[in-house]
Amino acid sequence: MSALISTRDADPAGSFRPQESTVSASKKSVAGHSQAIVILAFAASAAWGSAGIITQVAEDVGDWGRATEFAILAEVVSGLLFTIGLLHLFLPRIVAPVLRFLPWSLVLGLFLAAWEWSTAKSGLLPMPFFPPPQALLEVFLDDGGKLLESVLASLELLSLGVFFGAVVGFGLGVALGCWKAIGYWMHPILRLIGPLPPVAWLPLAFFAFPSSHAASIFLIALAVGFPVTILTWSGVRGVDPAYYDVARTMGASRWFLIRKVAIPAALPHVFIGLFMGLGASFVVLVTAEMMGVKAGLGFYMNWAQGWAAYANMYACLLVMALMCSSLVTLLFKVRDWLLSYQKNALQW
Amino acid sequence: MVESALRERTSGEVSASSLQASLLPALAVRDVSHGFFLRDTHLQVLDRVDFSVGVGEFIALLGPSGCGKSTLLRLVAGLETPVSGVVATEEGPILGPDPSRILVFQDPTLFPWRKVWDNIAIGLEARGLLRASRARVDDVLRLVGLQNFANAYPHQLSGGMAQRVSLARALVNDPKFLLLDEPLGKLDALTRLSMQGEIVRIWQSAGFVALLVTHDIEEALLMATRVLVFSERPARIKADIRIDKAYPRHRDDEDLVRQRHEILTLLGHASDW
Repeated sequence: MSALISTRDADPAGSFRPQESTVSASKKSVAGHSQAIVILAFAASAAWGSAGIITQVAEDVGDWGRATEFAILAEVVSGLLFTIGLLHLFLPRIVAPVLRFLPWSLVLGLFLAAWEWSTAKSGLLPMPFFPPPQALLEVFLDDGGKLLESVLASLELLSLGVFFGAVVGFGLGVALGCWKAIGYWMHPILRLIGPLPPVAWLPLAFFAFPSSHAASIFLIALAVGFPVTILTWSGVRGVDPAYYDVARTMGASRWFLIRKVAIPAALPHVFIGLFMGLGASFVVLVTAEMMGVKAGLGFYMNWAQGWAAYANMYACLLVMALMCSSLVTLLFKVRDWLLSYQKNALQW
Repeated sequence: MVESALRERTSGEVSASSLQASLLPALAVRDVSHGFFLRDTHLQVLDRVDFSVGVGEFIALLGPSGCGKSTLLRLVAGLETPVSGVVATEEGPILGPDPSRILVFQDPTLFPWRKVWDNIAIGLEARGLLRASRARVDDVLRLVGLQNFANAYPHQLSGGMAQRVSLARALVNDPKFLLLDEPLGKLDALTRLSMQGEIVRIWQSAGFVALLVTHDIEEALLMATRVLVFSERPARIKADIRIDKAYPRHRDDEDLVRQRHEILTLLGHASDW
């Protein structure tokens, strides 16, 4: 659960915003603050600038394309950061919203400079396992279409599996919570099969289903369905019986109790189940794509490894991370929207 | 004092307003015993409780905590059926819950995912009446003085406001019986005072039968037309005391002070006063 706990409150960049509300903040300390921000912006600009200049000036130890583009990109960022520093001196309002990114910009710039130097320029890190940044840029620019295709293929597989898993899991969870007879039949099955890692079904599923595509959808649905079922069930069972009493005395039918009391009361649990299920679905997706499905990011990754195209692997990993993170963010957005009544909703 | 109270109980049937109650009992609790099974032991909570309630009465059920008063309310609400005996209204024995008999709990038990307005509307919604009677929701919201909080979520309300919403949620159903299970038990002293007056005012204008479980003697005396004093568990009726006083009542009223002492004696706390 610790993954669900917010770190947003502990925003380190918060300290870089001038805090007018603090009573003790004298004008002098605000000016000191302002100076620190400008220095930070210039330092970040210098870091990106040096990454660009190293790339342009020093000789590459290997043969990588797109070095010029990378250098230009880094120098443009450097210029932007420098402008932010200047603007903060004269028009602080305009740049106020982006100031919180300055510390990260500095660290990222330093990282890129170090990366560039230790790979392409000095060959300190062994090749071909550690490609330089321009090699990754090359992948994105020259093989971006293939990457995008892979993302779409992965998303298609994932969304179908997650959809079926979530719908069946939710329905089953509600049914388990509301009818004892269903519990009698389903509980032993859930207890036996639920804890089994869905990937264990992989070899079986690939020959039981007409296509590896269908098999993967089934496995992803399985991965999502189990946690959603269990948490929906526990959510429904955990509803305060007083809620039912209130609704019953006011003439609620059984169907009304399920729809308007049990399900809304269980929704926070359902979303924890979905969160867990989504995590499990990523595992199944990538494994299935590596093992049999002939499309998607997992397939791309495998293919890149086969050609020892390490830059493509890193690029693919980055895209995969962005995709998974975006999907979790999307889930949390939907949850925040549906459960907006909650006082202290967890933040992602 | 004890004798006088008992006399009131036995002679209660002949006094004028009780006569009305016996001729036209809105609610009859006849020889009701009830209990639960806790593991293997049977826990008796009500022991041959027998009383009638007339139209428009405000009954306070007073007794030591855990004696079974709340169980009695649940029986009247139809959330449980008695092990023996009958609980009946004019329409016959109570077999299940019905919107004409609404419980208000000690906790407001508002649905946290519904705004104030939607919380109040749930009874009408459950019976498919909401479309036709949306104005009714606004009316009761105004009645409890929360018309500006229609769009607030329960967690944004104070304890007193939440309990008002809970009351409004009951009143919107236009109940014949309002069953109040220590509804003011968790409120601060001042909110409590104003809500006591408010509930009496609503009861006077709406004309329902009110059954109030409380263990606050003063509250019972300030609000009710009749106080039923219960014994320790299993609860039996120890006394049935009529409070013939006009509203608003004052806690320092001589008769009320005397009756308070009387009830304290019945509850075995004469020396604590």
